Amino acid sequence: MMQDNLVKVGMADLQIASNGAILKTTGLGSCVGLTLFDERSKVAGMIHVMLPSSEIAREAPINVAKYADTSVPHLIQLMKQAGAEPRRFVAKMAGGAQMFAFSSNSDSMRIGPRNVESCKEMLRQFSIPLIAEDTGANYGRTIEFNSLSGVLVIRSVQQGVKEI
Amino acid sequence: MNPLAKLEAFKLDVLKEVGNIGAGNAATALSRLLDKPVDMNVPTVSLIPFEQVADRVGGFEQVVIAVFLRVEGDAPGNMFFLIEEHSARKLLRSLLSIESSEEAGYSEMEFSALSEIGNILAGSYLSSLADFTQLSMSPTVPAIAVDMAGAILSYGLVQYGEMGDSALLINTTFLEGREELAGHFFLIPDPESFGKIFSALGVPNE
Repeated sequence: MMQDNLVKVGMADLQIASNGAILKTTGLGSCVGLTLFDERSKVAGMIHVMLPSSEIAREAPINVAKYADTSVPHLIQLMKQAGAEPRRFVAKMAGGAQMFAFSSNSDSMRIGPRNVESCKEMLRQFSIPLIAEDTGANYGRTIEFNSLSGVLVIRSVQQGVKEI
Repeated sequence: MNPLAKLEAFKLDVLKEVGNIGAGNAATALSRLLDKPVDMNVPTVSLIPFEQVADRVGGFEQVVIAVFLRVEGDAPGNMFFLIEEHSARKLLRSLLSIESSEEAGYSEMEFSALSEIGNILAGSYLSSLADFTQLSMSPTVPAIAVDMAGAILSYGLVQYGEMGDSALLINTTFLEGREELAGHFFLIPDPESFGKIFSALGVPNE
């Protein structure tokens, strides 16, 4: 894989890529890696979602890429500007793990599942079908999304490599 | 704006000293456990962007063994003891005389020994902090995971996520003899805990 073909998506970050460039984000724990893809225009986007909702934000101005509810509309907008057609979007996602199991289940400890729920709710709002997911469980994931094929490659320490 | 972004050098020094005392105690506990001298580096205290947190232990994808404890009481926070695989094997060898290969994974027994080490270290770290600050701080039962450092540490940063893109870390590295044990201690106090720690230590808080 050529290095200049790789677009790194940081934590609480979002990026778009097209025509074969690869979007990559590493070390997803309770965070969710959400990808959108328009097969016809070969425009892909990826978000590294850290928190479910910007309602709890105490920062100003907020980083829109960090929250599920603000990052999805923003990514759709960026992909549209790059020539994609939102009606054709399909979504895939991975992550949202519960890295440690605790008896005291406070809300912040359940952040993984809440991130997944919130991403799904946003996809419903924008009528984007979720065609594949590898979420939950208790392990970290690194993901790569190919903007030519729309294949999402998921690597984890415990489960090896998986494609969805 | 992150209220921690404006922490003055003086306050960082106070936190460094707090970390020093805790880590000193933990190093002593570890040295007793192993019956060998264990040294430590002077802790670093820094407000660092999330992206760089995992760099401290070799990168987001570096596989580590992590013992995680939630700190409860007056100044809650998250605590991690992270060790790299070869150091974990070394610890197990000297503690239990267990010889196991890197490929074999970990047995129930080894996991339990490692989380007990984390438990003892965290306990001695916290009890010295509690003595020093007169704040109640107690660890929960430890949870253990073998996974990518990024996935593990990001879990401890969620509380900070609501406020900004960086977190305050107190990080100590342990050394056994001249060899680095590559054990890292991360104390990530909840954002609300700083005020309490400072006022307990008599640092004026405006």
